[in-house]
Amino acid sequence: MLSYLIRRILLALFTCWAISVLAFVIIQLPPGDFVDAYISNLSASGSGISLDQAQQLRAEYALDEPIWVQYARWMRLILRGDLGMAMEWQRPVTEVIGDRLWLTMVVSIAAVVLTWLVALPIGIYSAVRPYSPLDYLFTLLGFLGLAVPSFLLGLLVLYFGFVYFNANIGGLFSPQYADAPWTGAKLLDLLRHLPVPAVILGIASMAQAIRIMRANLLDELRKPYVVTARAKGLSEWRAIWKYPVRVALNPFASTIGYTLPYVVSGSIIVSLVLGLPTVGPLLLRSLIAQDMFLAGAIVLLLGIMTVIGTLLSDLLLMWIDPRIRVDD
Amino acid sequence: MGDRVMGDGVIGDEGGGAVRAPLLSVRDLKTYFFQDDGMVKAVDGASFDVFAGKTLGIVGESGCGKSVTARSIMRIVDRPGRIVGGRILLRSAKGTGSNEIDLAQLNADGAQMRAINGGEIGLIFQEPMTSFSPVHTVGNQIVEAIRLHRAMGKQAARDRAIELLRLVGVPRPEGRVDEYAHQLSGGLRQRAMIAMALAADPKLLIADEPTTALDVTTQSQILNLLVDLQERNGMAIVLITHDLGVIAEMADDVVVMYLGRVVEEGPVDDIFHAPKHPYTRALLRSIPSVDSPPRRKLPTISGSIPHPYNRPPGCPFHTRCPDVMPGLCNVVEPPLVPVALGQMAACFLYPEVRAATAAPEPAAGGGRTPAPLLPTAVGRR
Repeated sequence: MLSYLIRRILLALFTCWAISVLAFVIIQLPPGDFVDAYISNLSASGSGISLDQAQQLRAEYALDEPIWVQYARWMRLILRGDLGMAMEWQRPVTEVIGDRLWLTMVVSIAAVVLTWLVALPIGIYSAVRPYSPLDYLFTLLGFLGLAVPSFLLGLLVLYFGFVYFNANIGGLFSPQYADAPWTGAKLLDLLRHLPVPAVILGIASMAQAIRIMRANLLDELRKPYVVTARAKGLSEWRAIWKYPVRVALNPFASTIGYTLPYVVSGSIIVSLVLGLPTVGPLLLRSLIAQDMFLAGAIVLLLGIMTVIGTLLSDLLLMWIDPRIRVDD
Repeated sequence: MGDRVMGDGVIGDEGGGAVRAPLLSVRDLKTYFFQDDGMVKAVDGASFDVFAGKTLGIVGESGCGKSVTARSIMRIVDRPGRIVGGRILLRSAKGTGSNEIDLAQLNADGAQMRAINGGEIGLIFQEPMTSFSPVHTVGNQIVEAIRLHRAMGKQAARDRAIELLRLVGVPRPEGRVDEYAHQLSGGLRQRAMIAMALAADPKLLIADEPTTALDVTTQSQILNLLVDLQERNGMAIVLITHDLGVIAEMADDVVVMYLGRVVEEGPVDDIFHAPKHPYTRALLRSIPSVDSPPRRKLPTISGSIPHPYNRPPGCPFHTRCPDVMPGLCNVVEPPLVPVALGQMAACFLYPEVRAATAAPEPAAGGGRTPAPLLPTAVGRR
């Protein structure tokens, strides 16, 4: 068990390194660099900088060096815990990401928790009473939830909220709290704003989770151990709850690997539409501006989260499912 | 249900004091599955008695309704299956006289039925691989069964679980109790399953193909174990199998089912030595024998079981029967009536059956009502 763990952690470290190389290369792939994007941005607004200034900027960020030298510099920074400067913002990356990272986590965890709280009971009901009217209704709603793009749903909610309730639903804070320091009132304000983005972000995965739970549980309900439990004298629901539901939950543990990066990035488009101050829109902007330190930091973060998430879900699966424990 | 004719008294009264009341009497049980594309009569009028300390064998081909009968008794038939008629009378040893409950009338998920399942009736079945939860220890599941029916603390229940495992011959039960089903061999798993079924000392053990998935050696060990346990605690066993060898070895009485109906019923020796129904005869002919000449083809039953959606009218077996009488067998359904001492058959080859059909009841509809069962307890081994 311990040697398995060590092997997995070493492998995870190697994977992280590979991700960092890949992230760096992919961000460098588009033609031009930050300075080119910066210049074209400036000329679009009517101003410009001289070639000298451009050269100076390149030298400042070492953009004129070969790519491996740039990578080595980047890695040295990261290993020291410094994510570099966000060029466009002229502030350290950690500072730019900082608050947004926590807010993204709050929104996404709320979305995931909501998803599971709603989806699992519905999935269980649908499997236990398949082809019942309610099952058909949930199936219909589920497919609608899958089919409607969440950004469209976000737009609709914003529109109707504004037209009929005269409420500005977007964002995570009321204007007066947006830049205020953290207080109890600000926290309360956040909690009031949280449900709408959580529902909109969660709705697609909710529909998916219902289908997965329903299918898993339908398989498990046919297993003889359910008959055994009933033959012991357990009531139908207690038997279902203790045995097949417990087994059908296992695959959800393996989705945690994908949930963690999702928790960090959030959904870019929905966040843009709803005006959420999360990491997603930041990633999009940094990619457009070819802000390689910021983009690189976010992509690397997502990669590391995926690796950690996968490791965690594997360990979790081993813990909850005795069949896949490794003996050594 | 218009078949109140066969009161409960019939069984006990007949044959005088020599006959004990059966522990379980199933009367005209009908369990149908209502599916979108048709109705399947999985069990269509099964009647039989189970006596304390005796083994009743139920035999038939796959899909003849054996397992559904077992699950009907425990009221755990899967949706969309439903008991649509008949009675399942369980006689409780508590008190004197006929203290009996009709299980068919109970709420399937109610407290009374749940007290009976696991408490009075235990179940073991075919798949020892998957009949335990893969994510709970064997002990956890046995302890659960004990504590559902006995007011016991966790430690006491665990001690009893270990005792039960020892009783059914699981070596080193103190360690095995904390293992998972996948860590046990098939034979051990079936033993643990039996231990779980015995958790609350049931008076009736339903064994649904208990040895089908096991190799021959393990099979006979498990069967011997069942016999030992029966001698020890006097429980009744309903043994469901398609293996006539197992029936011959284990059963006191035999019920032969075909397409959801009981076609023949009687003491095991009579069934094997003087089978009445053509289906029973055909089944017995298809057993390979060491005495048969070599390189001889094994006789098989011609044709195949009709699809349950297209049950033939009349006798369900007439499409494959060598003795079919056109105009009778394919029109009228033969009732199950006594054709010899202690032996009943549902076949028009016997004048008793023809007489029962011509009797006051109109042949078409009322012929279904089985006549009162003769106490098969007479002359048993």
